[in-house]
Amino acid sequence: MDDIRVVEGSEAVALAIKACRPHVISAFPISPQTHIVEGLAKMVADGDIDAEYVRVESEFSAASVLAGASAAGSRSYTASSSQGLLLMTEVLYASAGMRLPFVMTGVNRSISAPINIQVDHQDSMSLRDAGLIQFYVESVQEAYDMHLAAFKIAEDPNIMLPVMVCMDGWVLTHSYERVQFVDQQAVDDFLPPFAPEHYLDPAAPKTWGSYAESDVMMEFKYAIHKAMTDGKPRIREILRELSAMTGRDNNGLIETYRTDGADIILVALGSVTGTVKDAIDELRDAGRKVGLLKIRCYRPFPHEEIWQAVKDANVIAVMDASFSMGSEGSIGLDLKAKLFGRPQAPMVVDFVAGLGGREINARTIRRLVVRAEEIHRLGLVLPEAQWVNLDASIVS
Amino acid sequence: MTVKKETPKESLFVSGHRACHGCGMALGARHILEATGDDVIVVSPTGCLETFTSPYGFSPWRVPWIHHVFENAPAVASGVVAALRAQGRDHTRVVAIGGDGGTFDIGFGALSGMLERGDDVLYICVDNGAYMNTGGQRSAATPPWAATTTAPAGRQSMGKAEMKKDLPEIVAAHGIPYVATASIAYLGDLKKKVKKAMTFHGPRYIQIDTPCPSVWSFPSHLTLEIGRLGVNSGLVPLFEKENGTITATRKIKRKVPVSDYLDKQKRYRHLFDSEQGQFEIEKIQALADTNIEKYGLLSV
Amino acid sequence: MKLTKGAVVEGGTSLNYKTGNWRDQRPEIDQKVCNQCGKCKDVCPDDAVHRNNELYEIDYDFCKGCGICAYECKPEAIKLLPEGK
Repeated sequence: MDDIRVVEGSEAVALAIKACRPHVISAFPISPQTHIVEGLAKMVADGDIDAEYVRVESEFSAASVLAGASAAGSRSYTASSSQGLLLMTEVLYASAGMRLPFVMTGVNRSISAPINIQVDHQDSMSLRDAGLIQFYVESVQEAYDMHLAAFKIAEDPNIMLPVMVCMDGWVLTHSYERVQFVDQQAVDDFLPPFAPEHYLDPAAPKTWGSYAESDVMMEFKYAIHKAMTDGKPRIREILRELSAMTGRDNNGLIETYRTDGADIILVALGSVTGTVKDAIDELRDAGRKVGLLKIRCYRPFPHEEIWQAVKDANVIAVMDASFSMGSEGSIGLDLKAKLFGRPQAPMVVDFVAGLGGREINARTIRRLVVRAEEIHRLGLVLPEAQWVNLDASIVS
Repeated sequence: MTVKKETPKESLFVSGHRACHGCGMALGARHILEATGDDVIVVSPTGCLETFTSPYGFSPWRVPWIHHVFENAPAVASGVVAALRAQGRDHTRVVAIGGDGGTFDIGFGALSGMLERGDDVLYICVDNGAYMNTGGQRSAATPPWAATTTAPAGRQSMGKAEMKKDLPEIVAAHGIPYVATASIAYLGDLKKKVKKAMTFHGPRYIQIDTPCPSVWSFPSHLTLEIGRLGVNSGLVPLFEKENGTITATRKIKRKVPVSDYLDKQKRYRHLFDSEQGQFEIEKIQALADTNIEKYGLLSV
Repeated sequence: MKLTKGAVVEGGTSLNYKTGNWRDQRPEIDQKVCNQCGKCKDVCPDDAVHRNNELYEIDYDFCKGCGICAYECKPEAIKLLPEGK
């Protein structure tokens, strides 16, 4: 009975979106997002999916089409990457503020300049403040699963925010994996049709996109934050329902791997976590007390779960694939902000690794763990993030 | 918030908006909606129209209205159209109403995309020839030799040195079924054009000249008068173009010299103070005469 | 009052915001001169002229006193008077 096939990551995502029955799809091509939106276009062309596909002239318009469609009461979807995500930035902030619950795939790719089409997380991390809910996935299977949950989370009446499922470009979008698909009836039972409280309707005319003065602006902004933080229990619940449907462990805003009794906990997200798990197995076999904390839901930031998972460790070694120039890596900043001031909080060491597709292999991770141990042993206070495998000698 | 019920209101664009005294755009918006009827969804970009109609809790719109950001009204409109089609709400039409900044300039890419896709949107540009919402800066719609805050007149400048972008022609070049120009000085003509546009499907474009007392700097009671002078000088040609062919022009009954139009607006005052200015006025007159010739604006 | 989600507002609520106090001149219709052509209603940017039975009346809650109605009135039935004299 089980529908198990080996498919490309992009196809798995397209099939997940198809199963969610969107009304409106709009996209502008950019590598490495293309296979997803081409796959959906073919489904529409073949009549396999009953959706309007709006072929726009830019990512800015793709996100804008979704805003209009979502406000008009239609479930809507787009995917983009890198420069395209940055071009959408203004639209995404406004859409979160207007509580428009569309779903997008953020296919992770580095940001110019120099131009580079390989994976890192600078693009989606640059959108972390926009009011989007963000998930990061490890595998093609998880990409498929999380897209099924994304609309349900976005459209929850108490959440009503855009959701972005981030998946690593090429590594996940263009690799073939064995994927177990969920029966359409089960998806339909899991995900009811989109039925928002308000939508653009001449029978009940409402005004969208108001101007807010300083007397209410903070409250509107706080409402977005509150929808996220108060939404955490609901997201956990939906992920439990997802797990029940898929029969896989999609539970939790984070996932821990061999963190019991770990002195050092690596924190990472995205496809690199697979490599990290393999490296941890080797390190554990060699008697090193190392574990992994994978962040599945990055916004809202699951600091409660993170604290429970890391509180007994000595060092948190963060693997950041994005960087706030002049400061620290994105996850490093979050962790330091949330752990600072907690008594006996572990030390956070921020490693910047994998920018522009720079390889991260088991050896990279072993070296990173050794370095983290050394920093802890020597009690070093590091004013700067550690750039992994950086050839500083060629930097002018 | 309750809506005051005691006064009968037929309008779809009601009182209590915060437009300046004598705003041509506010007048235009009400008449546009009179012509479209109430089964529409309106999309507006950021701009004067958006700002004076959307203070939180106080909306004059009695049709569903959405503003998102400055440069995306055409794409938002496309999204609404797609949703309506997906939902089978075939009777409801989509109208975008935006200023010249959002239309000629920052939203131009999205506008061109929407036109090229053939989306069923009536896009109306309420053109007041500058960025009024931020204080009257130059736009591509600013007419030549008007002074704006970013292209002011000065010892070495006569104001805007470039032509007004010929957007109706550019829009028409997309091969859309209906393009028209109108003026709030001729409300009957304006409504007739909006009604006609509503009979077509696919993208349609109407550009409405909406004089702005605040930034063009004329007394607020002259809004329609200035509009009439613009039309009757030939500077604001009114025409309709169906499927690429001009099908109607509004004839000028009594032609007025452009100086009659210019000298009532402070944005042109500098032209009257120098020999160079007089020379530029002649050039503006030549532009008006070219329009009159091109569109056959004088009755024969 | 609780804020709405996404700042969505009911249509027509600007009627709760009176703009009459923006006025520094006050148009008054001389009904004896008025020919009920309706021009004043047509040209009002603030939708502040309404027909009540046969007569056109100015809604001073909203009239901003721009003066367009008086200027455009062919029979010159509308006089502009200084406000608050």
